[in-house]
Amino acid sequence: MANPLRSKVIQLYKNLIFMGRDYPAGEDLFKERLRQAFRKNMHVSDPNEIRKLIARGNYMARELQALYHVHKYRAMKRRYYNND
Amino acid sequence: MALRVLVGVKRVIDYAVKVRVKPDKSGVVMDGVKHSMNPFCEIALEEAVRLKEKSLASEVIVVSCGPQQCQEVIRTALAIGADRGIHVEVSENDELGPLQVSKILAALVKKEDVGLVLLGKQAIDDDCNQTGQMTAGLLDWSQGTFVSEMTVEGEALKVVREVDGGLETVRLKLPSVITADLRLNEPRYATLPNIMKAKKKKLEVLKIKDLGVDVSPRFQVLSIDEPPQREAGVIVENTEELVEKLKEIGQI
Repeated sequence: MANPLRSKVIQLYKNLIFMGRDYPAGEDLFKERLRQAFRKNMHVSDPNEIRKLIARGNYMARELQALYHVHKYRAMKRRYYNND
Repeated sequence: MALRVLVGVKRVIDYAVKVRVKPDKSGVVMDGVKHSMNPFCEIALEEAVRLKEKSLASEVIVVSCGPQQCQEVIRTALAIGADRGIHVEVSENDELGPLQVSKILAALVKKEDVGLVLLGKQAIDDDCNQTGQMTAGLLDWSQGTFVSEMTVEGEALKVVREVDGGLETVRLKLPSVITADLRLNEPRYATLPNIMKAKKKKLEVLKIKDLGVDVSPRFQVLSIDEPPQREAGVIVENTEELVEKLKEIGQI
């Protein structure tokens, strides 16, 4: 049962690395934190636990998207609109 | 309704990058600098994709004019939901301004039988805010600029425009050119799986001469300077000193 989950974990990791390019505080910082987070759970073997962690990873990806959107929106609003 | 939508997207220096002017003042540093899709173009693209999802548009064609690297931005647009992409290849010597891009878009509209053109209101690198207006002029189409809301009503579009005095609601007869403003929608993010899936979509490369468009430049950039550095403020001890300083600079 570990094998299909393994590919899901790798896919999650790749997705997050890809998203890290837009991280406002810096891509390198993001990559370091990401690697630490994955390394911390390296030895988890229970499939249910792994599924929960993957779900949390997907949740983090959605949170990142929201962060990027807000960051960009605020930057555009500050630059282009007369904010009294 | 078989409405074909053309979305123009521009590859610009990423909004979060601190732009540096080249020492010879001929331009800004572009080599090795992160580029991405213009934020307003993202909003225009999102609107087009939503039209398609609501079955109000039959096809979304995304176009970008520029060097080879433009294809990255087109791929992102395909990942977000465009059906196919067109890359109008530009050589090192061609400098495309809004007029030239408008001519290219007008030629593509005729070639691809497009009924609606969606563009960002302006690019964050040159801030021209002209391409949409010029394209509408060249095609003799109705235009809605600074659009923050758009609804399709049969053969017309009802748009709400953000203007200085507030909001203006206009009904436009299709075909139209629309330029997107910040509050039109919240663009989706192109994730890695989407980008992988979009590799199957068609990306056509065209040369400007294939379209028979004259893109000779009409203006020349003389120099580019950094904005003046903000001067440090002066701290005063008391109100008397403040009044004195204000008198010194002739403000009172």
